[in-house]
Amino acid sequence: MKAFRARRLFVALPLVLAVSCGGDDATPNASVAADSSAEIDESIPAEVPTRIVSLSPTHTEMLFALDAGSQVVAVDSLSNHPEEAASVLTDLSAYEPNVEAISSYEPDLVVIADDYTGLTEQLDAIGIPVWEGLAPSSLDDVYEQIEDLGRAIGRVEEASEVVGLMKSGVESILSQAPGLDLGLTYYHELDDTYYSATSNTFIGSLYELFGLRNIADVTEGTSDYPQLSAEFIVSQDPDMIFLADTVCCGVTAESVGARPGWGDLSAVDRGLVFEMNDDLASRWGPRIIDYLWTISEALTEAVANAS
Amino acid sequence: MTAVIAPSDVHAGESTSRRTWWIPGATVALVVAFLFGAMIGPAGPAWYQVPWEILDRLPFLAVDSGATDLQSTVLWQIRMPRVVLAAIVGAMLSLAGASYQGVFRNPLVDPYLLGVAAGAGLGATIVIVVNRSATASWPVDPLPVVSFVGGLLAVLITYMVGSAFGASKVPATLVLAGVAVTALATAVQTFLLQRNTEVVRQVYSWILGRLSTATWADVRLVLPYVIVSSAVLLSHRRLLDVLRVGDEEAAALGARVDRIRLTVVIAATLGTSAVVSVSGLIGFVGIMVPHLVRMLAGASYRRLLPLSVLVGAAFLIVADVPGRILSDPAETPIGVVTAFLGAPFFIAVLRTRQGSLR
Repeated sequence: MKAFRARRLFVALPLVLAVSCGGDDATPNASVAADSSAEIDESIPAEVPTRIVSLSPTHTEMLFALDAGSQVVAVDSLSNHPEEAASVLTDLSAYEPNVEAISSYEPDLVVIADDYTGLTEQLDAIGIPVWEGLAPSSLDDVYEQIEDLGRAIGRVEEASEVVGLMKSGVESILSQAPGLDLGLTYYHELDDTYYSATSNTFIGSLYELFGLRNIADVTEGTSDYPQLSAEFIVSQDPDMIFLADTVCCGVTAESVGARPGWGDLSAVDRGLVFEMNDDLASRWGPRIIDYLWTISEALTEAVANAS
Repeated sequence: MTAVIAPSDVHAGESTSRRTWWIPGATVALVVAFLFGAMIGPAGPAWYQVPWEILDRLPFLAVDSGATDLQSTVLWQIRMPRVVLAAIVGAMLSLAGASYQGVFRNPLVDPYLLGVAAGAGLGATIVIVVNRSATASWPVDPLPVVSFVGGLLAVLITYMVGSAFGASKVPATLVLAGVAVTALATAVQTFLLQRNTEVVRQVYSWILGRLSTATWADVRLVLPYVIVSSAVLLSHRRLLDVLRVGDEEAAALGARVDRIRLTVVIAATLGTSAVVSVSGLIGFVGIMVPHLVRMLAGASYRRLLPLSVLVGAAFLIVADVPGRILSDPAETPIGVVTAFLGAPFFIAVLRTRQGSLR
């Protein structure tokens, strides 16, 4: 069983680091905006925000990847990546945001993933702009979102650079991955009560890139995050099992093998139960390249195992 | 609280045949429900193969059911523990509900009344919040243990608070103390959840009841508590009939009302906490089943308690089936199914009791 948790195999990481280590002196510059003015619209703020509050771990990762760390004054309690974000980590809640607490940071832009509580309206009332980046359904959505965020914070150049790196990362991973035509099946586990995600979800779309078939897809029409029955999973006998509940629920490849009735599954038998990082599996920042890489490695192992 | 149970149907006037046929009838119903529950699911052997599979497991019998090894595994390792656990949980909740209704002389009381559910829920939330991955390597999963203790503690606090304000004279005081403790535990749970929003789904899935992950280990874990609790409760069934006439009258008849009430509450709480710790919160069973039994077989606790065990077990086995096949192969939580059945059931009860209450 391979534990991928500790790995940091960001194919394009060195390059992104080079970008993000560019230094804090890189004040948001007018030249960036001027250079690409052709494709920018009025959504560019008149003044580049310098006091950003991020209420979304995904977008915290994006902001720092866009070298905008110096513009961020606060991130929500779950924004645990990258390390540099720790200095602006607060106990602001992403799910139950408190407008007063947010406004105390005097933000000139609040970045959120989804407006669960009517936050935008509240912040609007006190004149604080909000940028919203909803969960994507494909990689293209992600690229678009990063570029949009780049425009909103005056990091257009960095955004296109990050997107370029991500695209070439995806391309190189997919070009090297074996067995894309084998149609192997997989089960993606979200928690220890067998919640899963179909191919309609963003995470499902990543597996789809590798030609993998999702056993949860038969639930089409009910929910994109169905709770599968154990009977069904076992009878499907998926070729690979991906555990995106190693952190939340402490599930391991070993504990999966110890579940009653699961011990004889071929994925368990062949050591094709993969411990993924919950955070990577639920966010859509630049680190999805890491996630794709772990899928690719898992696939390599599965193919080697099959032959 | 006033006694709502009509005393007219207590002892006299019942024919012997009516009395003797209910238990065998309910037993047959349970066996049928068990087979039904074992036969239906999204995977595993075809339904007609299941009885042969079961026969094959009996000593001195070897029958070829025609099911594959995988189907057999699905049946015996995944579906059977679920069906058995549903039976145990259903029986325990119904028995505890009926017993609580007896000692409080209130048919609307359920086994979660004195804070078991809220205490157990708080315990489960604490374990999930504290971090499940840290406890994954422990030899014993702390989740059922802590929720079990949480349920017991909540009822203990309820009892202490209630006693301090004269619960021995007015049982309603105990009920009110239970309401207060439930509110407090729920508030703390909500607070914890609000502070740790990333665990909401896990806690939520516990609250909705989880027979879907049942294992034989769960069955072994709760069975001792359920047996002890059931034995104590069933042995009090005659005394509960005495209590129906009212505390003072029962005392005049020689019953030690306080002690009976305490024993029954402790036993019912123990059993309820145990099943809640593995199954999560499954609502309505503890009220619905005793009511159903009363409507069919009369209100005497001598019959009500054993019948509640049998009917409760059968009921929850059957109620779990839609959970498995409604959105096959996805699950519908059992708590949702029982709540769905609960609402129309109460309306039906209101309708049928309208006349009898007057």
